[in-house]
Amino acid sequence: MNCRSEVLEVSVEGRQVDEAMLALVHTILLHRSTGKFHYKKEGTYSIGTVGTQDIDCDFIDFSFVRVSSDELDRVIRKAVGEFKDLCCALQDAMGNGTDGMGQISLEFYQKKKSRWPFSDECIPWEVWSIKVNVVNLANEQERQICREKVGEKLGEKVINIVEVINRHEYLPKMPTQSEVDNVFDTSLKDVQPYLYKITFQITDTLGTSVSTTMRRLIKDTLAL
Amino acid sequence: MDSDLSPQDKKDLDKFIKFFALKTVQVIVQARLGEKICTRSSSSPTGSDWFNLAIKDIPEVTHEAKKALAGQLPGIGRSMCVEISLKTSEGDSMELETWCLEMNEKCDKDIKVSYTVYNRLSLLLKSLLAITRVTPAYKLSRKQGHDYVILYRIYFGEVQLTGLGEGFQTVRVGVVGTPVGTITLSCAYRTNLAFMSTRQFERTAPIMGIIIDHFVERPFGNMGHMHPCNYRAPAEEEGGYTGVEDSQEVCTTSFSTSPPSQPPVLVGAADFCHPSTLNAANPHQMGIPGKEGGVPQQVPVQPCHAAQAEHARASSCLPNDHVPAVPSGSGEDAEASSRSTDGKSVSPRDVMETTFTRKVGAFVNKPGTQVTTASLDLPFAAFAPRAYDIEENDPMVQPPESPATSSPLQGSLHSQGSGESGVPAQDDFVMVDFKPAFSKDDLLPMDLGTFYREFQNPPQLASLTIDVSSQSMAEDLDSLPEKLAVYEKNIDEFDAFVDTLQ
Repeated sequence: MNCRSEVLEVSVEGRQVDEAMLALVHTILLHRSTGKFHYKKEGTYSIGTVGTQDIDCDFIDFSFVRVSSDELDRVIRKAVGEFKDLCCALQDAMGNGTDGMGQISLEFYQKKKSRWPFSDECIPWEVWSIKVNVVNLANEQERQICREKVGEKLGEKVINIVEVINRHEYLPKMPTQSEVDNVFDTSLKDVQPYLYKITFQITDTLGTSVSTTMRRLIKDTLAL
Repeated sequence: MDSDLSPQDKKDLDKFIKFFALKTVQVIVQARLGEKICTRSSSSPTGSDWFNLAIKDIPEVTHEAKKALAGQLPGIGRSMCVEISLKTSEGDSMELETWCLEMNEKCDKDIKVSYTVYNRLSLLLKSLLAITRVTPAYKLSRKQGHDYVILYRIYFGEVQLTGLGEGFQTVRVGVVGTPVGTITLSCAYRTNLAFMSTRQFERTAPIMGIIIDHFVERPFGNMGHMHPCNYRAPAEEEGGYTGVEDSQEVCTTSFSTSPPSQPPVLVGAADFCHPSTLNAANPHQMGIPGKEGGVPQQVPVQPCHAAQAEHARASSCLPNDHVPAVPSGSGEDAEASSRSTDGKSVSPRDVMETTFTRKVGAFVNKPGTQVTTASLDLPFAAFAPRAYDIEENDPMVQPPESPATSSPLQGSLHSQGSGESGVPAQDDFVMVDFKPAFSKDDLLPMDLGTFYREFQNPPQLASLTIDVSSQSMAEDLDSLPEKLAVYEKNIDEFDAFVDTLQ
């Protein structure tokens, strides 16, 4: 089975990174979450109800819908916050005028049980890569324009996400009770997203990763 | 086509389609109420939440949807449409978008009804939730208030998109294949929001118009108390909603067909809406007024009927309610000055985006009406002399019948077709009128921009236009002694001149 891979790209200002990422990640998770499964006898199950919540962005002219789950929101905010901190750290290290680029990946996977002594295999079936270009703006006027432009762009990205989702391509089969943890994240109380993980990578404008940049900075400092 | 489907599957499919249609209407209308929607997740299945989504049912909306469906289901050639329109306090209306639930003949016979179709319909509803927040009407609906309200109309049958104006865009929410056909959900939304009121010049003064009240106190005092009577307090809201069980019971009754030309629904909200004027198929160019007018006075204290909130008129008072079109948190002046220099050669869509953040009067996208937005870019235009600004250039006073008018202020934000309007001939390639803020001069019949343009290419000095061919350097040097002799002769005059300077 081939993993489906989708790439989204946005350019945002530093203070918009959080909200832009939350908007896109939550939109994807809205479609990739179900209610909690309740298995009954005879192999049947019932599904809980997923609530939704409107969220307004403060730094972007945009609103989005997310799953009504504070637990899930906390997890996503934590990951997005770490991503943003890395982006800001890079910009601080390189100087104020430098734009930065980062990529946050939301990967949905299935676990495949392996026999001992091998560990379970994680097989991704859908990967969303969100490339973020962090720009520096000079004045308030540019920021105002950026608010609207980024809002428009996020709207387009939401439409792209919906378009991909509604192709109804591969989805893992609904699991039996014993295998539900191989397909879904059952750790949350109120909703049940497909198993996912969030990873990110930061690069500077030259395309080199942060670690390389920091290494170079230290070397240059020592060489002086 | 149905012969391959078992009776149980057919029955299930019909039920799914029916409730999907009802939930679709609920999602769309609730997204245009102007409020943020929040429903709770529930780990325990209640058995009443269709498609495993917590979507509340507003009874009046369900009632209207069933009335429109009239016992039929969306099918091939029978589409269910939800039309969203905007109505101003002046009574002018404009269709904003049309959501269409259609079915085509492409069947997927192998698909499992009770499982796959159901889950895909659930996914489609989630997509609808996401897309309803992305189309332009969402921002408008969040800012609705006493200036304008958002209305909906449900009809069944053929899709009508003529009311959306030229250049409307379409976004497809999604498709779900079923054994009897493929369900498609899409939205066509207006991009041209030019909207000039023919009633504007009947008003007493443009000073009360959209340009001015952006910066002054609202003429009808504190509008806080006008938090509309149809705003639903939480307690009321809970009581007002009914569970799906009621819908399920009601669903079994039969309906009558309603004609496509049925005016927008004004269930319980007849305050300043007149059904006879709301022909949504005829969105003429009208100006959207500002917060003037006797709207607040006209809004009767209706009984807090659930119908009004559900009727998408639930205009909650925003904290910055006096400038509903301004994004909260942004400075008005900053925005105004940014607008004056912004969007010089933007596409109509960008212009549309620009106008969204303005007051309602910013629905100016047509070339002939650009002057409104341009005028808006001039802060304190309220204090500009009427003789020049208001009457000559203010479209509220003299709305242009066609795009070609003589105002030099036109075309400032519209990059297309401005050549045919009053752009000065010497700058026929300049698509944008230079409009520096705070530059209006009421003494001279020109502003800073015109002055700058006229004097940026001054003529050459006469002394620099000596015909070089007629005089060479050598001749210049030869004539020098003669010139010096003349100057020495007149030395007394020069000395006297120098004395006068000291």
